[in-house]
Amino acid sequence: MSVTVKHLYKSYQGRAVLRDVSFRAGRGRVTCVEAPSGGGKTTLFRILMGLESPDSGAVTLPESCTFSAVFQEDRLLSGRDARYNLRFVLGRAYDETAARTLLDALGLSDALEKPVRDYSGGMRRRLALIRALLMPSDVLILDEPFTGTDAQTRRCALDAVRRYAAGRVTLLATHTRSDANALDADTVRLR
Amino acid sequence: MKRNPRLWTAFFWLALWEGVSLLFGQPLLLPSPLSVAARLAGLLGTLSFWEAVARSSVRILAGFALGCAGGILLAVPASARPRVRQLLSPAVATVKAIPVASFVILSLVWLPSRALSTFIAFLMTLPPVYLGVSEGIRSADPQLLEMARVFRVPLLRRARGIYVPAVLPAFRTAVSLALGLCWKAGVAAEVIGLPRGTVGERLYSAKVYFLTTDLFAWTVVVVTLSVCFERVFLSLLDGVSKRMGV
Repeated sequence: MSVTVKHLYKSYQGRAVLRDVSFRAGRGRVTCVEAPSGGGKTTLFRILMGLESPDSGAVTLPESCTFSAVFQEDRLLSGRDARYNLRFVLGRAYDETAARTLLDALGLSDALEKPVRDYSGGMRRRLALIRALLMPSDVLILDEPFTGTDAQTRRCALDAVRRYAAGRVTLLATHTRSDANALDADTVRLR
Repeated sequence: MKRNPRLWTAFFWLALWEGVSLLFGQPLLLPSPLSVAARLAGLLGTLSFWEAVARSSVRILAGFALGCAGGILLAVPASARPRVRQLLSPAVATVKAIPVASFVILSLVWLPSRALSTFIAFLMTLPPVYLGVSEGIRSADPQLLEMARVFRVPLLRRARGIYVPAVLPAFRTAVSLALGLCWKAGVAAEVIGLPRGTVGERLYSAKVYFLTTDLFAWTVVVVTLSVCFERVFLSLLDGVSKRMGV
């Protein structure tokens, strides 16, 4: 299974955001998408998830492909606690043990009962990452998932991504080169 | 001793009422608060009082419940489909604009008088609930809806997690408005339609026989019922909101 992008173009009000983007992301590999801020990473991810259409070009996905994602924004149910947020997307796939393990690893177990609106920015980001990792899917999209994390938590988060990326196509946008290196990621540069 | 501002406000207005009543010196025009309280105490001890209160409450609240259900059921497709919203818009505007008295008289032609207050309460509740719920649904966070779409969250779970918390604040405002309107319009409908053994009929009798003290006492009853039902319903709603993290 893989995701193939061929000659993708997208512009907004005459401003080209994606210009002739082509790559292939394979299963079990992390593909790191590199671009400066405003360079089209989020647009590319939105096109892959079917939230936007390209001006031209093609995206080839496996039939009935499922996604999980860390969006550019955290997109959490702010009045609810971590468990509810996880159950909301996972439904019957929610596994308390797996959730606990990840929440512990990323330092959120103490805040489990608190509504997410009381979390710091970094905590919200970590919860968004845990939600995406725990959700079974074919493609995992991570749009700057490590924002606001300290060095130690970042290492734990990278470990978790490495573990959960196995068996899926993983696309990662990060500004930190060392993150891509730590995940032994393939690199796609957007022009 | 700490002064309770609410108590002082109530005391001020009651004292003013008593003063004006003494100034008039005509209990037929303006009975004193004490005589109204005494009459109310007398009414509380009669079975017919409680029967009238129960009958009117059940009918008005049934209309309120039906109005809420109707408003929600119409708001869901109207929020999803602009054409449905356009189709419903003149009907809702008409119901809002037509005077209650016109509806009551018209309804008397169609319905038995015992169903009148239910129908009028239904008409008073439906537009604000419909508009409030529609607004709430449309205010649901588009980013959360997009997230739910990507994660393929089923519709029912999406409704509970995203739409209901978005709708609750607007629904609360609508319900608060509707409950007040229900009691005012519902009792007015009873006064015109005169269904037997209701609060409205008792108010009408008080007016016909110049029992001004009774008129005031029954008015106090209507205001109290309206306030109590509003408080109970809103506190239940606040409990739900709190549980849903709103």
